[in-house]
Amino acid sequence: MYRILEARNLAGPNYEMIVEAPRVAARCLPGQFIIVKLDETAERIPLTITDYDREKGTVEIVFQPVGLSTSRYKELKAGDAFMDFVGPLGKPSDLCESEDPEAIAALKKKKIVFVAGGVGAAPIYPQAKWLHEHGIQSDVIIGARTKELVLLEERMKKVANVYVTTDDGSYGRNGMVTKCLEDLIAEGHTYDHCVCIGPMIMMKFLCLTTKAYGIHTVVSMNPIMVDGTGMCGACRIMVNNEVKFACVDGPEFDGHQVDFDLAMKRQTLYKTQEGEAFLAWKEGKSHHGGCGNCGGDR
Amino acid sequence: MADVNRSMLERVPVREQDPKVRATSFDEVCLGYQEEEAIAESQRCLNCKNPQCVAGCPVSIHIPEFIHAVKEKDFSRAYDVISESSSLPAVCGRVCPQERQCEGKCIRGKKGDPVSIGKLERFVADWARENGKKMHCAARKTGKKVAVIGAGPAGLTCAGDLAKMGYDVTIFEALHKAGGVLVYGIPEFRLPKDRVVAKEIENVRCLGVKIETNVIVGRSVSIEDLMNKEGFEAVFIGSGAGLPMFMNIPGEQAKGVYSANEFLTRNNLMKAYREDYDTPIVRGKKVVVVGGGNVAMDAARTALRLGAEVHIVYRRSEQELPARAEEVHHAKEEGIVFNLLTNPVRILSDEQDNVCGIRCIRMELGEPDASGRRSPCPVEGSEFEIACDTVIMALGTRPNPLISSTTTGLDINRKKCIVASEEDGKTSLDGVFAGGDAVSGAATVILAMGAGRKAAKGIDAYLRAK
Repeated sequence: MYRILEARNLAGPNYEMIVEAPRVAARCLPGQFIIVKLDETAERIPLTITDYDREKGTVEIVFQPVGLSTSRYKELKAGDAFMDFVGPLGKPSDLCESEDPEAIAALKKKKIVFVAGGVGAAPIYPQAKWLHEHGIQSDVIIGARTKELVLLEERMKKVANVYVTTDDGSYGRNGMVTKCLEDLIAEGHTYDHCVCIGPMIMMKFLCLTTKAYGIHTVVSMNPIMVDGTGMCGACRIMVNNEVKFACVDGPEFDGHQVDFDLAMKRQTLYKTQEGEAFLAWKEGKSHHGGCGNCGGDR
Repeated sequence: MADVNRSMLERVPVREQDPKVRATSFDEVCLGYQEEEAIAESQRCLNCKNPQCVAGCPVSIHIPEFIHAVKEKDFSRAYDVISESSSLPAVCGRVCPQERQCEGKCIRGKKGDPVSIGKLERFVADWARENGKKMHCAARKTGKKVAVIGAGPAGLTCAGDLAKMGYDVTIFEALHKAGGVLVYGIPEFRLPKDRVVAKEIENVRCLGVKIETNVIVGRSVSIEDLMNKEGFEAVFIGSGAGLPMFMNIPGEQAKGVYSANEFLTRNNLMKAYREDYDTPIVRGKKVVVVGGGNVAMDAARTALRLGAEVHIVYRRSEQELPARAEEVHHAKEEGIVFNLLTNPVRILSDEQDNVCGIRCIRMELGEPDASGRRSPCPVEGSEFEIACDTVIMALGTRPNPLISSTTTGLDINRKKCIVASEEDGKTSLDGVFAGGDAVSGAATVILAMGAGRKAAKGIDAYLRAK
């Protein structure tokens, strides 16, 4: 069993938990994810790692319970436990993989911008934090539909230059993350590396924007998964016309080579007309950022 | 009751669930022998001086000896004889391809049916479980720690054998449940999970083996750290062949195309067929399974039980079907349609990208290929379509590169299989041994167990010499 040490409600429908998982905490790096399974009858659910403490042996996760599942997850509190908590899964972010001084020096020369949409701020945070700890300053755009959904702003500000934008203009800048990025560029910012994590529809359009500006862009894919170790192939996506498994080949890929339209179609696999709400619940649990069309990001 | 007047040329038939009843149920199909039936069947064994059946068994069970004990109604001794050689007899009695191993070599088979060795093994193992009989534990303790990666057939066997030799063994399992293919791959109706698999694993635990689930070696911990930081003096890699293969034909990304691994994992490990479990599964109305091995039969018969009409599409003829004879027989009885000498060329989908059919081409057998089997060639102009809403690809699996790609100095071959000695499982790294599907590529439970046994002996020799 993996004990929950802290559990609290963050902005809007988002929850944060700190879980005791020494093996994961000892090895994980920014960009990687874990899979949790609450009890015997529960699904395996992939969630991104938001932070970790190697000495305490703890891992922090942020997630958004959706629909019917909310009751089960909302009720979890400090002292409860997950039956299973496995990881770290996936490859670490390219940016945070090497402590080598030459690699760090090369990163220092880069102008890096992170673009977070909704719960996407959760996997962005450890990357920005890692860079900050290695003396590399980055810009972070946090996008949300509305003010109450803006996630991790205060913590992010401690490790990066943060720009908040809301779709309805209720907080920070007004408009979507694509507009915010274009505005920043118009204001004189230059970028040569972008990491974008959020709903698939957002990643798709942000990639179109960065392609026009010639900015290399990495996205983190969050398709349906079962085992997370390369065994089932449920998470297969097309990248540069090749089949890739998000769980072992990713989750990060070159955003300009990902077939988002196909990936979004595959997200709807477990939706049926008669069981829309029920299956949206199942699907919402099955990925960590929301695909933009199942309700997982709402 | 067994019919005593039955000719000694025929085996005692085994009771099975009626095909019509079992087509909607995940309960075990084969009901196994009762005591009288087992004793009657045991009397057919000729107790050969030079038993070919033993030579045909990958773990060399002393078959005539255990059958002799059955004949004398000493089931306890029969179990002791089997467990000298096998840690998972209740499993092997159910899933071994006996017709190609022990029973394939049985002298009785030259004229009539071979002795039902598999069913007798199953009877003995089930008797032992029902009567609370345990395996023998080690007397000596070596104080040396061995790590085993993967709680599948190879890992469980290697760990069980090492524990019997007195080693302190820990198995690291990536999934949340121990058993490997026995829990995620082989369905309940062929191998009951709680009643049989869990009990066999419990037996291995009783020998003193520790099992740590949710540890992905290569990600959660490295082999180097296991040896240098956690004090393991030797490591056995039994990580299996888990990566599914696809055909790379157009339409394979459509919704409704599954790997057999995903389909079976959702059902077997995650129990998607049960209402009280959360994992979803799409219940197809008409399902096409591509492939002819045991995994294809398992996927087809699972889809059938979920309510579908099921077709198997296989490019060679019936003779070449790699599945166990019993599985093909059961699949046919249950009403699975076999489209043989047929190969898919494209998966068809509707405007929402849902599978709506599969386009196939007829095949004919040509000259024998490298495997000795006649190679199938497409018949020009013979393309046709099968309407379906689900396609399950059961084309075989490859080893997972998670361990080999994160372990410096561990040699692999072109097929990404770990290079290891067939005699003792030694790899290119000192103190690291490997066996099972991770080395051979996808094979059978019993071959993996055989490799696990040999590696246990290899590890013992290595640690004694160290």
